[in-house]
Amino acid sequence: MANFLTDYLIPFAWILGGIILTVACLMGGMAYLTLFERKVLAKIQLRIGPNIVGPFGLLQPIADGLKLLTKETIIPSGANRAVFILAPMMTFILALTAWAVIPFNQYMVLANINVGVLFLFAISSLGVYGIIMAGWASNSKYAFLGSLRAAAQMVSYEVSMGLVLVTVLLCAGSLNLSQIVLAQSHGWFGVSWLPGWYVLPLAPMAVVFFVSGLAETNRSPFDLVEGESELVGGYFVEYSSMTFALFYLGEYMNMILVSAMTSILFLGGWLPPLNIEILNSPYLGPIWFVLKTIFVLFCFIWVRGSFPRFRYDQLMRLGWKIFLPLSLGYLLLVAFVLVYMGWLPKVA
Amino acid sequence: MSSLSLLREYLPILIFLGIAIFMGCAAVGLSFVAGKQNPDSEKLSPYECGFEPFEDARSKFDVRFYLVAILFIIFDLEVAFLFPWAITLGDIGLFGFWSMVLFLGILTIGFVYEWKKGALEWE
Repeated sequence: MANFLTDYLIPFAWILGGIILTVACLMGGMAYLTLFERKVLAKIQLRIGPNIVGPFGLLQPIADGLKLLTKETIIPSGANRAVFILAPMMTFILALTAWAVIPFNQYMVLANINVGVLFLFAISSLGVYGIIMAGWASNSKYAFLGSLRAAAQMVSYEVSMGLVLVTVLLCAGSLNLSQIVLAQSHGWFGVSWLPGWYVLPLAPMAVVFFVSGLAETNRSPFDLVEGESELVGGYFVEYSSMTFALFYLGEYMNMILVSAMTSILFLGGWLPPLNIEILNSPYLGPIWFVLKTIFVLFCFIWVRGSFPRFRYDQLMRLGWKIFLPLSLGYLLLVAFVLVYMGWLPKVA
Repeated sequence: MSSLSLLREYLPILIFLGIAIFMGCAAVGLSFVAGKQNPDSEKLSPYECGFEPFEDARSKFDVRFYLVAILFIIFDLEVAFLFPWAITLGDIGLFGFWSMVLFLGILTIGFVYEWKKGALEWE
């Protein structure tokens, strides 16, 4: 009986506790990301932003959530009911599940699988399904057009995103996310106290990844999926109440996920900004990781506050005619340099 | 034993998926309980700026979306080929590197053809 307890029950409790902690932090972070976004946008536009509900508007996300929960759930008469309900759930579930493999520091990772990058890539590819299902099931022209656009946009940018991932894999020599972070611990130019993040040697790819991330999460300036002036709300125009909230949650969690991926792949994950003993404590790891993620999130919002929306032909041209050749060319360049300089990481 | 420990690494993902599914269902279910449901036929008609919808929304659409999807399949498969290549490049050496360059070269010829044909143009 003791065997059963120590072999199964305690590890299981640890896993469950970890998952609940991750989900709780994620939901809290998500809720306050919406407030952060509104505050930052307000500052950019010289406004104050939400400041009525609670001190500095800090209770605003909770009020928004409660409001959405008590609204009526509308299922349009022409809609395909099952698929209509399933679509937002799918978006939300996929956005949440991807977090199972994100390492917060060397020891804090729920599932340290050896194909972490592949898992994230697969989950983010599946995200298109939620959108297509929503657009199809709504049986509304705006939703249908919005979902078509969203699907084409997401698959276009996924290709260059994949090529960027392959470039990082070439340098790191592993699909495991923790290994990728650890591969960035050797300092730049051979100086041991400098960080060794990939953002410097792979700078063009980091930019491609960030911009593809904007397009992948349908964020401004690539948000013509939901371009208010032409398509109203895009694929979720028919959604209300909690089904709408799930789309909203999913979108913001995908945003946090792309930011976390950017900080893992290019900004050294949990590694400190200067590689010196005092900053290198494992307890500080999650703090560095969160700070880097918040920085990337701030860039997401900054871009939203600064740039006008793209036209659809410009969006497709950027994806297929600029990013794809650029990332393919840089991938080959990196591979060439690594092979001929003998810098390739050896597989154990 | 090794395959079992391999599977054990995936157990948290499975539990995580279960919790995510539960949360998704709970959120939708709760909204049906918490919100007052009072549907009528006008409220349930598809939103179309005050018009009655003329026809079914699932009508014809631009063939370019298909083209994008086909192109995506080709390039995504290419990325799928590149993943194992990138990991093992240290072991397969120059032969592996130039084989992949040849493969990508052939793919690029197809891409240039596609570009010249105007499959990537949106007006």
